[in-house]
Amino acid sequence: MGNTILRTEHATMRFGGVTAVNDFNLEVGRNEIVAIIGPNGAGKTTAFNLITGVYTPTEGKVFFTPGRSDEAKPVDITGRKADAITRMGMARTFQNIRLFKTQTVYENILIGQHLHVKAGLFSSVTGLAYKEERAMRKKADDLIELLGLAHVRDELCTSLPYGQQRRLEIARALATDPTLLLLDEPAAGMNPQETVELTGFIREIKEQFALSVLMIEHHMDLVMDISERIYVLDFGQTIATGTPAEIQNDSRVIEAYLGVDTDAED
Amino acid sequence: MKGNKRDFWLTVIVLTLFAALVILTQTGAVAFIDSYQIHILNLCAIYTILGLSMNLVNGFTGLFSLGQAGFMAIGAYVTALLIMAPDVKEQVFYVEPIEPWLGALQCPFWLALLAGGMLSAVVAFFIGFPVLRLRGDYLAIATLGFAEIIRIIFLNTQTLTNGSMGVKSIPPTANLLWCFGIAALMVLFMLRLIHSSYGRAFKAIRDDEIAAEAMGINLFKHKMYSFILSAFIAGVGGGLMASVVSAITPNLFRFTLAYDILLIVVLGGMGSITGTVVAAFVITAAKEWLRWLDEGFSIGPLTVPEIPGLRMVIFSVLLMGIILFYRQGFFGSKEFSWHGLFAFVRELPRRIGRLFHRDKKEAA
Repeated sequence: MGNTILRTEHATMRFGGVTAVNDFNLEVGRNEIVAIIGPNGAGKTTAFNLITGVYTPTEGKVFFTPGRSDEAKPVDITGRKADAITRMGMARTFQNIRLFKTQTVYENILIGQHLHVKAGLFSSVTGLAYKEERAMRKKADDLIELLGLAHVRDELCTSLPYGQQRRLEIARALATDPTLLLLDEPAAGMNPQETVELTGFIREIKEQFALSVLMIEHHMDLVMDISERIYVLDFGQTIATGTPAEIQNDSRVIEAYLGVDTDAED
Repeated sequence: MKGNKRDFWLTVIVLTLFAALVILTQTGAVAFIDSYQIHILNLCAIYTILGLSMNLVNGFTGLFSLGQAGFMAIGAYVTALLIMAPDVKEQVFYVEPIEPWLGALQCPFWLALLAGGMLSAVVAFFIGFPVLRLRGDYLAIATLGFAEIIRIIFLNTQTLTNGSMGVKSIPPTANLLWCFGIAALMVLFMLRLIHSSYGRAFKAIRDDEIAAEAMGINLFKHKMYSFILSAFIAGVGGGLMASVVSAITPNLFRFTLAYDILLIVVLGGMGSITGTVVAAFVITAAKEWLRWLDEGFSIGPLTVPEIPGLRMVIFSVLLMGIILFYRQGFFGSKEFSWHGLFAFVRELPRRIGRLFHRDKKEAA
């Protein structure tokens, strides 16, 4: 598929004797929303960490296609460092919010643009690069405006309500100019109302920023609502893939979630 | 915008008055400040520089580094040996003669300071490779070890540093203008740095390393920047110190020196430039003022004999008190602003009023 932005081949992660993710073959197309679901401890976050460079897979490879051109070739990013992968255009959020706690909403978003700074330390400090700095500030303000955070711009990020902190974390990831956005449980801890808002928000930014989205999520209504394809993990194994409708009727998925038949596990 | 203009002019006026005061004091026009007090003021400015150096790494980048004494020693020795006249060096190195190339070398003070800072920075670059891979307490131990290694090396390189006898008769070039000028320059540099994109990246690393890396910030590179800049500043501070105290030995740069600076940074507030400046002056001045504690004193019937070092106990207790009850220090991570000052002054009567009010309530 020439339109693939992210692909993992037989990605496997072992911690000592524990195989957290086994033979994981994922494919995310351009402008697609793909979800990874699975019970607690299924290896979803580990899969995320393999892709984003937090871990190096024990076996297998990860390919990412940077840029937006159709001729772009996939690049093997296996074992590259997290910051290098982000600079290629893959941004992520975290399951437990990781904002820069001592800083304001505005500053958090400004930091998201640091990876694009061309000025060296010297010209940045002496003010020779004032044009770049001004452009960064402008862009941060635009983003804040666009994502509806303008009324809390100068507030300390930790003083925001929970739902807005999640939104800010996504905004900060968007500030890095990604082509692929990875969301680790974006609706965790949200009430149904907030979840509905979030669903709309993800759709919106996907269109606005021409993004592909890969997300881990537990809220089934959210997952079934917006994802085009779903991967189901259980004990590190991929037990099913397909469209939301297919997944909903898959007996193995139902088993994994409800745990009806213990013999089904090896 | 109106407020901005007011603040700008207020800043200009205060800085001009301050500069005038420093210049007048230096020329001896301010009669009530004697040479001893000038010496203390010089030390205050130098400790400001050292405090900034440590705050950059510890307060802004979140790296618990205690290697400041080592970088100061490098800066101090380089500066001292570069500004001394060749014949003076010959007299000072009477046990074993100084290396001929070093003995002949002499350069202006500013160049010597720059060279001291640069060498510190170069050394920081090389030890940064292994050391900056460590985190937290391990980094503190490794950098402390580095400072001790520098001291031991300087004790044993007789032909370069004159070993344990140290270097005497260093020209007292560093006057108030030098010390306060460079301190002001460093404050300005730090302000610019912290408000630049790199400064924001440093703070991001301090707040959350994992998130900073996910934001595309190369952790090692930015930690290295911070470490090198801090070493440079410490080296320059050490160079000024050498000229102000006029005699240095390796034992002047024991690891306890790092604690003196740490006290300034913690008391002022980790991550506050204002705090560091204020705390540097308060602590350096208090250290001199409390000298009477060391000489023995009596409070009524209680007589305390002469105990050298008693005043340092006060500072240790102070440090413990801060850590236990007032961890954010004077300023936390806030900075001085005119707006903040005016608000504070406006609030002052009410605050004092509240103090009395509460007293009355408790009495009743």
